[in-house]
Amino acid sequence: MLANVTLLLPELVLFIGAMGLLMVGAFATTDATRVIEYGAISLLIIAAIASWLKGDAYPQLAFGGAFIVDAFSAFMKTLTYLATAVVIVMARGFMQNENLARFEVPVLMILAAVGMGMMISANDLIALYMGIELQSLALYVLAAIKRDSLRATEAGLKYFVLGALSSGMLLYGASLIYGFSGSTNFAGIAESFTAEDGILPLAQVVGMVFLLAGLAFKISAVPFHMWTPDVYEGAPTPMTAFFAAAPKLAGMAVFLRVVISAFPDALAAWQQIIIFISVASMVLGSFAAIGQTNIKRLMAYSSIGHMGFALVGLAAGSQDGVAAVILYITLYGIMTLGAFACILSMRRDSGMVEQIKNLAGLSQVRPFMALCLAILMFSLAGIPPLAGFFGKLFVFHAAIEAGLYVLCVLGVLSSVVGAYYYLRIVKIMYLDPPTDEANDPMPRELSIIAGILAGICLLFFVYPAPLIDLAAGASQALIAMPAPEALLTGLFGPTDFR
Amino acid sequence: MTLTTLAFYLFATVSVASAFMVISARNPVYSVLFLILTFFNSAGLFVLMGAEFLAMILVVVYVGAVAVLFLFVVMMLDIDFAELNEGFLQYMPIGATIGLILLLELLLIFGASTQLVSQSALPQATPEGMTNAEAIGRVLYTDYIYYFQAAGAVLLVAMIGAIVLTLVKSENPRRQSIAAQNARRREDGVELVDIEPGQGL
Repeated sequence: MLANVTLLLPELVLFIGAMGLLMVGAFATTDATRVIEYGAISLLIIAAIASWLKGDAYPQLAFGGAFIVDAFSAFMKTLTYLATAVVIVMARGFMQNENLARFEVPVLMILAAVGMGMMISANDLIALYMGIELQSLALYVLAAIKRDSLRATEAGLKYFVLGALSSGMLLYGASLIYGFSGSTNFAGIAESFTAEDGILPLAQVVGMVFLLAGLAFKISAVPFHMWTPDVYEGAPTPMTAFFAAAPKLAGMAVFLRVVISAFPDALAAWQQIIIFISVASMVLGSFAAIGQTNIKRLMAYSSIGHMGFALVGLAAGSQDGVAAVILYITLYGIMTLGAFACILSMRRDSGMVEQIKNLAGLSQVRPFMALCLAILMFSLAGIPPLAGFFGKLFVFHAAIEAGLYVLCVLGVLSSVVGAYYYLRIVKIMYLDPPTDEANDPMPRELSIIAGILAGICLLFFVYPAPLIDLAAGASQALIAMPAPEALLTGLFGPTDFR
Repeated sequence: MTLTTLAFYLFATVSVASAFMVISARNPVYSVLFLILTFFNSAGLFVLMGAEFLAMILVVVYVGAVAVLFLFVVMMLDIDFAELNEGFLQYMPIGATIGLILLLELLLIFGASTQLVSQSALPQATPEGMTNAEAIGRVLYTDYIYYFQAAGAVLLVAMIGAIVLTLVKSENPRRQSIAAQNARRREDGVELVDIEPGQGL
């Protein structure tokens, strides 16, 4: 029992801490939002350190095989918790200015992070679903947190309805898989889901397709991306930054784990699906972003495109491919958070602006902000020697090794198309004349975050080894290490009446 | 005819009759009340089948929460139900078709299940020497404690979300202050005034 609890420690710290902060907020006589924000940040950092220290190479199981802790989960959880902490820091100024500073916001963000941790560590269909619902429910509320704004409530409602639909698809798939394999545990599913005479059991394949559709929705891969632009545009900007970073990390982690550990023998079946959604996401992400005028909408399409690029590595199905996906999604998180730190600084005397044309001539007014945003845009476009280039290099390398040449050609072509709209932002900032109203100076915490993240993107090529090694170690834990025999006997030995 | 059979027919008849009344009652409040009666009788049927945990859940969740919520909605919203019922005949054919399909499916399942029963022994719903509430409790708080707590976390988020999105903080809420009430003396609230006869105040 104690072993189970120690494995769950990061999530327990976050969950109990969130309830404590909630009590502080509810019973404090004065406005405790500031205190709760600091509390939330320190809780997330503690949880990140705790999950980092749990990352033994060999997988460990808890709660009868429902919860798994290995190097992969440790790495992804650390990233997710840190990303959440960074977003809380970034959100502070904006929420204060827009009159949205409420103590429930950081609490809900912690609870969403707990859900993400549960997703990343899920080794069972029920645990997976519980994690996804905990995360999504908190995100729906955060999207609609600006409740007197029509667009924010519309974003929240759209997110909720489409999220419920995708959960329905996921559950339908899960029920089919459970019905035909007799187990909700990933190891148990993998055991029964094997090809007989080269033919996979049809019902389980159908179940897998539904399950993957539900998961693709959560990472907003085409054709399940429709909600993304509207939700990203309508939600308050810090919440958009949160949606674009942390849930994407967790969603991609859960996608990897489900595909690799529950369907290892069905590679041929899921490879086609991954290739299709990957190509569709890359192409749509590149072409649909061209016409955008709102920078948050543009980031939404950019995020869709990047999910496509990340999935190229998974389509390879090899250990190198999975390592490339982990590296790509890490770099994506860094670049996106940096870009949103700059977008959150687009404030003028008249209030926040979010049109791309408002960036005109930024290099003359705010040279540091323009420089950071330019580095991040070059990196998102994948121009060497910035970090984004290496991310793309590794995923395409893995796909070439696996012989997926057409996928790579399509990927590189859509990357070239995508470079247009990233470079257009740089052009507007550096070559267009400034407009009448100047941008306010960047708030200190935002300039520090944007500077550090842009610096990482710029200098990644100098010393890339630690991150690449970590991604390789995480992918090894996921693919090469067999999970220990599931403790199907339960916590207190076999249940006596079975 | 044993007592169990008698109870089954009683519960079944009342259940079907009140279900019919749910859709045919003119007053929507009566419909909801008949719905509650249906739930109670279905709970009785569950008890007869040995699924007393389901029976309790049915009463607690459906009668206690869902039906009461319906009742609130019906009473608070000013919906003209006569108007809603106007197109009833128009939708009759499609409704009847769906009903017929459902009936056929039920008959199919019935036919299949009688064959299945004859082929294999049904698994025991309740383990030996244990009520099924106890059986569920034994695994819910041990093997399934993780899922159970996770479900609790989801409900907590739902509760916080509902409050965050709907609670409007008023500028000067009139809260009860017991200290102020107790500190109030007779002299603060009562004033004796001598009024001359024939004069107003």
